[in-house]
Amino acid sequence: MSLSHFITLSLILCAIGVYGILTRRNLIGILLSVEVILNGANINFAAFAHFKAADPTAGAIFPIFVMAVSACEMAVALAIIISMYRRKKLLDVYHLEELNG
Amino acid sequence: MADFIFTHSYLIQAFPLLSFVIIGLGLTRANKDIVIKVALVLSALSMIYALLTALTYLVTVIGQPQLYPDRSLICFNLAWLNFSQSLTADMGIYLDPISVMMIVVISVISFLVNVYSVGYMKDDPGFNRFFPLMALFSFSMLGLVISSNILQMFVFWELVGVSSYALIGFWYEKPSAVAASKKAFVVTRFADAFFLIGILIVSFYSNSFDFKTLNSPETAALLNTNFLFGSLSVNLLTLSTLLIFAGGWGKSAMFPLHIWLPDAMEGPTPVSSIIHSATMVVAGIYLTARMFPLFAASETTLAVIQFVGAFTAVFAAVIAITQVDIKRILAFSTLSQLGYMLFSLGVAKVVADGHHGATLNPLGYSAAMYHVFTHAFFKCMLFLGAGSIIHSVHSNDIMKMGGLKTLMPKTYWSLLAACLAIGGVFPFSGFWSKDAILLAALQSGHNFTFLVGLLTGGLTAFYMFRFFFLTFHGEARSEFHDVHEDPWMTIPIVILTVPTITAGLLEHFFVSQVTVSTFSDSGHFAHPGWLPIVASVAAFCGIILAWALYGRGKVERAAVLQRAAGSLYPLVYNKFYIDEMYLFITHKIIFRCIATPIKWVDRAVVDGTINLCGWLLQLAGRGVRFAQNGQLHFYLGVTVIGLITLLFLGK
Repeated sequence: MSLSHFITLSLILCAIGVYGILTRRNLIGILLSVEVILNGANINFAAFAHFKAADPTAGAIFPIFVMAVSACEMAVALAIIISMYRRKKLLDVYHLEELNG
Repeated sequence: MADFIFTHSYLIQAFPLLSFVIIGLGLTRANKDIVIKVALVLSALSMIYALLTALTYLVTVIGQPQLYPDRSLICFNLAWLNFSQSLTADMGIYLDPISVMMIVVISVISFLVNVYSVGYMKDDPGFNRFFPLMALFSFSMLGLVISSNILQMFVFWELVGVSSYALIGFWYEKPSAVAASKKAFVVTRFADAFFLIGILIVSFYSNSFDFKTLNSPETAALLNTNFLFGSLSVNLLTLSTLLIFAGGWGKSAMFPLHIWLPDAMEGPTPVSSIIHSATMVVAGIYLTARMFPLFAASETTLAVIQFVGAFTAVFAAVIAITQVDIKRILAFSTLSQLGYMLFSLGVAKVVADGHHGATLNPLGYSAAMYHVFTHAFFKCMLFLGAGSIIHSVHSNDIMKMGGLKTLMPKTYWSLLAACLAIGGVFPFSGFWSKDAILLAALQSGHNFTFLVGLLTGGLTAFYMFRFFFLTFHGEARSEFHDVHEDPWMTIPIVILTVPTITAGLLEHFFVSQVTVSTFSDSGHFAHPGWLPIVASVAAFCGIILAWALYGRGKVERAAVLQRAAGSLYPLVYNKFYIDEMYLFITHKIIFRCIATPIKWVDRAVVDGTINLCGWLLQLAGRGVRFAQNGQLHFYLGVTVIGLITLLFLGK
């Protein structure tokens, strides 16, 4: 198990996330995909901290930070999605285009 | 005591301003009686203070020539605009013989016209609007005459223009009144543009706006330089004085800028009366007199003033002979009399070979100011009389009048005095002032101008008595209903007969005291005894001719003469087609050849450029809008593709 395995894994997760965002039409699916991308990045942090850093603690703290922030972000995003659903009765992003120019 | 009165002389001006503010802002919907009370009381206070100031001035300044060698004082002064270290525009009150004379004339006439207006405007829906405007008018004119510097004068000069605009167009629902007020404003404003340029040139060189400095010989010497304008050598003194005079040219309605004055009678008659006698048109003469020492330094300017004045005098008199509108006759007679005053100022330069021992003759100046004084009273009265005739007859056409002698006896006798005065019959006031003017022309050796003046005198007597006989004598030429004399209107007219008859007593005072202080070397001039006789003969010829043609209120004999004159009569009747010429020049030449191309450039080129800019920006905006389509996938896809592109390009 070397560093390159972990980088490959995080890259795969990231690609899955981007693919998910680009193809999903449901907002909740997009949110899940964002979460996948973030976790791909977290793996990267942890792997570099383990293999390269002189003091691995700093690298271990970052994923925790990211998780905390993304949890908050999720809470807010879900709240927005719920209120949007209440209002529009739909979560299909193809039809949510009020912000066009 | 004297100091106290002089220090507070701003009150003369403050009362009319107060009247304007109180009635104009507070009493527009108030009861008529309150408006009458406020207007008359404040106007009377202004008159009383003006008379008091004049009296104090006579006692203190004229009475003590050793203390006041140039008979002038600045009794109130405060710095208004500091342009630079050396150039300051003040607001001040400058009292000298002509300004004191003018404040008396303006405030007295303004008061009498206010009294008259109470009767004249009685049934007018704009009653409450009329009095504040009148107050503003007299405020502006009073401010104009007591200004201590030319910039302050210009400010009030424009105020006079604005208030006359409002008053001429008082009946704004009448299209002709609107046109007349616009005409008056545009024509005088056109002349004022030159006036302003003149002020700028003179103050630039002399570094001052003060009349005292501007009129000093030093300023004249400073300005007396030539400069090249293209290949033309121009004298700066002549140029600047002519530019300043141009302001007076328009305001005093001298030919060819006279076109606004006959139309200005579209306003209510009290307004015409005050415009023609004490305010507005006299401003031009006053300006010329005020700047006279400077003007007199330039021979060309004096020649222009003299020529314009003499020409307008005879030109307007000829037109007045043919007019049938009562107010138009009086308007042209005003033009003619203003021409008199102006050429009287212009004849100051002595032509003859110097055996008089002087180069400048101060008599013309005194005579002009004297004529301003006498003319103000009788012309005001003539207009007020005409107004009360119009008020009872409901027509302006003298051909429809006649036989009013028995119906309006007070007006008849008063107007007789006024007509005798303006015709120049001994011993009425006009005789003395016209005599002084003719004498001045003769003394300075301007024989041609003298003859023109004499001829005009005869013509004046003729057309005034034509008007007089046609109005009052003979039999009525149309049906009159309810002809009466309103005491509000007859009392001012009757009061005005007093100065009309007796102002001749002041001749000696004017000639000795109302002079230019810088003309020290007044030489010895001949005093021909035959002159008054010749002038009287000219006047009597005019009156007798008028009696012969119109004496019994008949027009048949005149009609024969009119046919005999052929095409000359319509030419004169239509005022030599000057108005039509103006219309031709403005509409056909200026509008079509200059304004239309300019309009095209504005619409096509200027507007086109702006529209093009807007159109391009809209186009760019449409491109940006295309990217902002609100599709989340599109945004993210573009971001990813952009990122990948950057990564590859970065390699």
